[in-house]
Amino acid sequence: MDITFYWITLSLYFISALLSIAYIFRREGILFKGSLAFTAFGFFTHTLSIVIRFYESSQIPITNFHEAVSFFSWCIILIFFSLEYRYRIGLLGSFILPFVLILLLSSSALPSEIKPLNPLLRSYWLGIHTVFIFLGNAAFALASGIGIMYLIQEKYVKSRHPGGLFERLPSLQILDEVNYRLITLGFPFLTLAIISGALWAEEVWGSYWRWDPKEVWALITWFIYALVFHVRLVSGWRGKKAAVLSIIGFASVLFTFFGIRFLIKGIHIFE
Amino acid sequence: MNIIVVGLNHRTADIEMRESLAFPGERLAEGLEGLLSTEEISEGIILSTCNRVEIYSVTSGVSDGGRRIKTFLSAFHGIPLEKLESALYTYEREDAVRHVFRVASSLDSMVLGEPQILGQLKDAYSKALAMKTTGVILNRLVKKAISVAKKVRTETRIAENAVSVSYAAVELAKKIFEDIHTKTAMLLGAGDMAELAARHLLKSGVKAITVTNRTYERAVDLSAEFKGRAVRWEDFLKEMLYTDIVICSTGASGYVFTDEQARRLMKERRNKPIFIIDISVPRNIDPAVNEIDNIYLYDIDDLQGIVDSNVLERKNEAEAAEGIVEKAVETFLVWERSLEAVPTIVEIRNRAEVIRREELEKIINKLNGMSEKEKKMVETLTASIVNKILHPSLAMLKEEIDPENRATYIYLVRRLFGLDSEEDIGEDN
Repeated sequence: MDITFYWITLSLYFISALLSIAYIFRREGILFKGSLAFTAFGFFTHTLSIVIRFYESSQIPITNFHEAVSFFSWCIILIFFSLEYRYRIGLLGSFILPFVLILLLSSSALPSEIKPLNPLLRSYWLGIHTVFIFLGNAAFALASGIGIMYLIQEKYVKSRHPGGLFERLPSLQILDEVNYRLITLGFPFLTLAIISGALWAEEVWGSYWRWDPKEVWALITWFIYALVFHVRLVSGWRGKKAAVLSIIGFASVLFTFFGIRFLIKGIHIFE
Repeated sequence: MNIIVVGLNHRTADIEMRESLAFPGERLAEGLEGLLSTEEISEGIILSTCNRVEIYSVTSGVSDGGRRIKTFLSAFHGIPLEKLESALYTYEREDAVRHVFRVASSLDSMVLGEPQILGQLKDAYSKALAMKTTGVILNRLVKKAISVAKKVRTETRIAENAVSVSYAAVELAKKIFEDIHTKTAMLLGAGDMAELAARHLLKSGVKAITVTNRTYERAVDLSAEFKGRAVRWEDFLKEMLYTDIVICSTGASGYVFTDEQARRLMKERRNKPIFIIDISVPRNIDPAVNEIDNIYLYDIDDLQGIVDSNVLERKNEAEAAEGIVEKAVETFLVWERSLEAVPTIVEIRNRAEVIRREELEKIINKLNGMSEKEKKMVETLTASIVNKILHPSLAMLKEEIDPENRATYIYLVRRLFGLDSEEDIGEDN
């Protein structure tokens, strides 16, 4: 049942991503509204799928990589909607929804059956730790999307021959503000995720920190975002440099999440 | 019944001619009165702007309404007809409808897509309404023209981008700063162009303007005009720390603001974005400044370049707009043709007949078991009721109604019998 809803979600997001891409090329309100509507509907079925899975397995459904990626994309859409509600950055969907589709597509390729939980994971920490991580990661994903929009718009303004998406992208100031705000949102989540992870590790392995590759990369990511605060507050960086930094930060997030899983592995893989 | 447009615009007449034929506000009522007292003119509107003077009218006669209006213009303004002739154009029927729609949609304007003309047309119309010089046809024509203009505006991008240097600067400012109302601007030097740009910024809501100039007195004078503040020339770099938009036109022969100064400034500003518009020739601000993050420098050529490409884009959009106008002209002509007696009579008869048949069928079904004879009697009865009710109004339409009022009568009858509804007019207010 949960899988049925999962596939419905995937098809809805597929349509919404196509519409949002079409909206880049054809400025028609119907494309924008359509893509929002399909996303909203998809978010609803996605939520259902997660809730059903929760009941069926009676454990928080972030126990394998398939579920993790799926929950990650759920968090992105959640924050996407609250941003859209607050700021109405019309083209944001065109930058974010295709990425969410790719995430969800890649999770669909991973084994999705519910397996008995690794005894190591049987803890209330599982829910706390993972929810913090993915809320943080989702905020960082949107920050980097906004950062890319900033760089594009900045290029237009600096070129002195603005064209293309210039008119439709929002002002540099608002992009910079939202970028910063998202990092301010994501950073505490990341921090809490690392702390809760350490506490949990102490419980199961008897030590807070073991320099596992995932831990190392999470720390690197944390430092990158800490650097964003530092340069913004102390050196008065903003705009282009801050946007680039937020994109680098998210690349590090992606590596921590995907890179470690597929390239390095380590004790932090539980499948 | 015939729609006629007589007028002149920026293409056919020079400013002197346009001025001498204009109807200033205080003479407009007199003009409308004079127009309507002209023989065979049954409806009239006078549109008088600085770029055009046009008379929209409906004549009851078949020929030479145009000549009568020209004669009226010449008499009203006391200018011999021969002198006017070459500047005036005349459009009739379909061409007249198309012209009015194109004017309203700003397809006939000097600056394609400029928005003022629609407001001016609405004003001209409301003056005519107040003087009761319009009737069924011009009412519909203007309402339709307004809705066509709105359609053109929303469905094409003809009015989208700035086509003057000052507006282009304001548009850019809005892409750098989210809310221009919280930003301040500074005039560096006090050339005419800078003054104009400053005026636009102020109109777009810039919070405050400061003025600096080599001669301090000039800065004081100009700042008073903008209700701003004057700053001594020596202090302009300090002032730039608190300014978001700088408009520079000093007439100096070299750079008054160099790369090095800019770098220092940005450091002190903690990279707060600044938008600098250098409209002086030769340029007064080192172009290398644009390479620095968070400084956005535009010179006069950059702005002109934006304007040029926007103008080109508007021209492309105009084609789509012409299509919209053409469709609207067709719809209008269909409506206009319906204002003739015979098709209206046929339509009313048909409608009555449909109703009669429906009701007849209902009653025959209800009273099943009626004999053929009874059915025939009911049939005759209903037919004669319908005919007797319709007869006087249809007879009135058939008779020679006074041509001045014919359109009004037919329009009224069509509304009474529900052949047209108000929605058909395409009003969207």
